[in-house]
Amino acid sequence: MLDPTRYACLGDLLRDAVGAQADRVCLIEANRNRENARLTYDDFRRAGDALAGALRQRGLTRGERVAIIMTNQSRWLISAYAVFVSGGVLVPLDHKLTGLEHAALLAHCTARWLIIEHHLYRQLSAADGFDDLAVAHILVTEAPASLSAPGVEAWENCTADGPPPRVDQHQDDPACIVYSSGTGGRPKGCVLTHGNYLYQCAGLMRVFELTPDDRYLSILPTNHAIDFMVGFIGPFVCGATVVHLRTLRPEFIRDALVRYRINYMAVVPMILDALKRQLTDRFAALSPVRRSLAGVLIAVNRWLTRYEPDVAISRRLLPAVHRALGGGLKALFVGGAFTEPDTLRFFYDLGIPVANGYGLTEAGTAITLNDLHPFRADTVGTPLPGTEVRIAAPNADGVGEVAVRGKTVMSGYLDDPQLTARTIVNGWLMTGDLGRIDHTGHLILVGRKKNMIVTPGGKNVYPEDIEAAFGSLEVKEFCIFASNYLWPDRGEMHGRLIMVLRPVDGDRAGQRAGVAIAATNRGLADYKRVSAYVGWLREFPRTASMKIKRDVLAGQVARSTDGPTAEIGS
Amino acid sequence: MSGLQQTIDEILDLAARHFGVDRSGLDADDDFFKTLGIDSLKALELLSRIEDHFNVELPDYEMQGVSDFRTLADRIQARL
Repeated sequence: MLDPTRYACLGDLLRDAVGAQADRVCLIEANRNRENARLTYDDFRRAGDALAGALRQRGLTRGERVAIIMTNQSRWLISAYAVFVSGGVLVPLDHKLTGLEHAALLAHCTARWLIIEHHLYRQLSAADGFDDLAVAHILVTEAPASLSAPGVEAWENCTADGPPPRVDQHQDDPACIVYSSGTGGRPKGCVLTHGNYLYQCAGLMRVFELTPDDRYLSILPTNHAIDFMVGFIGPFVCGATVVHLRTLRPEFIRDALVRYRINYMAVVPMILDALKRQLTDRFAALSPVRRSLAGVLIAVNRWLTRYEPDVAISRRLLPAVHRALGGGLKALFVGGAFTEPDTLRFFYDLGIPVANGYGLTEAGTAITLNDLHPFRADTVGTPLPGTEVRIAAPNADGVGEVAVRGKTVMSGYLDDPQLTARTIVNGWLMTGDLGRIDHTGHLILVGRKKNMIVTPGGKNVYPEDIEAAFGSLEVKEFCIFASNYLWPDRGEMHGRLIMVLRPVDGDRAGQRAGVAIAATNRGLADYKRVSAYVGWLREFPRTASMKIKRDVLAGQVARSTDGPTAEIGS
Repeated sequence: MSGLQQTIDEILDLAARHFGVDRSGLDADDDFFKTLGIDSLKALELLSRIEDHFNVELPDYEMQGVSDFRTLADRIQARL
């Protein structure tokens, strides 16, 4: 594998990476049961260089911002490669945003270049504010021949002979501006340098090195930090194959795992849960005898892999499970939100290790990762090589704000020196997350700083920590908040735990859920008890990675209510 | 009966059957996330059933921003 840290920029690294593999397949573009395209590294290099040359011919200069708005497909990666090779700064935007949201982010980053899929261009060009944008060059993929507008051309026609000359860039130069999905307020554009990505890639690949024979299934949006690194830069540097799937439907994900004998895949907890449901349904359909036998084999597998995973043994013990998932899975990566330890344990016991981690856009992709030696369902792993984590101002239990320092921490927020100064303090990125480090060096997260409650007895309570106790509650979704987080002006409510819940049909007022909460409360220490609930009928807002947007949900609840729907009885 | 109205009716039938809810409680202008109590992954499941029924293919992105049966029917109608 190439050593990314020896390179000055992503363009140089990617050029060498694609040049080293030539005839091997780098990208497969699958759509449901069809295969749209299959590119070797050589095909990819030719297409990327031709686009890079064309961008330079059309006037792209070093450091200019180029935004990409596309679903997962080969043109996304070819375009990103071309931007890096031609010296541009990439602004990857979430394709699921509305036209208005895209316009706001394009205005914020003042990009003059935009690469966009046709149906998304239609949406953007109809949005208010589009005409005022600084964007002067728009390349539209899969556009109809009739599309004609000033500054707009078909991506497929944008080619030049041969690559552009090498552009001199440095590790400290910006490589990407990535918008953090954290809050619903003003845009936060994280400026990530080439060095941030080069060191992140080196750190991750030291823990999970892919080989040229490995296949990675990309289903998360490519603009997402995890997929950008684990489904693009990482596999390319290792010479592996990336399979893109243009749908998130679970039935096609499972088909793709089998058809392409996938070895790795990054998922968010919601997708992991869907896979778990499929497997538990299969177990439930077995005859009682077979189910008992499977239970015994799972127990044997758990014992044999208690110190570290051994996929070969697990595949022999539980062949049907592994065949159902393609037979080649070595590990799943999960991040983007809290994953239930029970879910991690479920997959591990079947011999499918799930490496969970913790990351923030502000720190590249990942800060910590479970290396599975041994498997730990209760932590988010240890810091990646080259990343330091410390707990700032710890309390008596060792819990304090997680602070991060290292080569992967962003240089700052775009055009926001005040916010940058508040977030990066003396070289340490203050994450706003609370956690502690155990005696083995594993990080255990307990919640968000502003959602914490300090009880009158001086005890710190983290609502996120308590959610696990309500995991079996029969509601569509729920989230626990500190009352002061929801209604900061209502002092008399201070220090209470409030559950916002989406009731199931037949319990629209949430009364049944209220009774169930009371029952669970009885098994909890008094300071961990939920004291009231808010019944909420709309789907919870989630990020591109399906993480509940706590801030946005709290804002919605605060705007539409001035207190809980009902108290929980004792 | 107009083509669109028929498509709406067939979608409402399918949704009621698939999620086991009372057909008479569903309306074309309902927010199906709310009425059926489903999340986005479940909505994609419904979309797969609808595609099989109408023999059309709708990319996932066609569902972006769609939350009511009428708009969904409109998208399908455009592809019939």
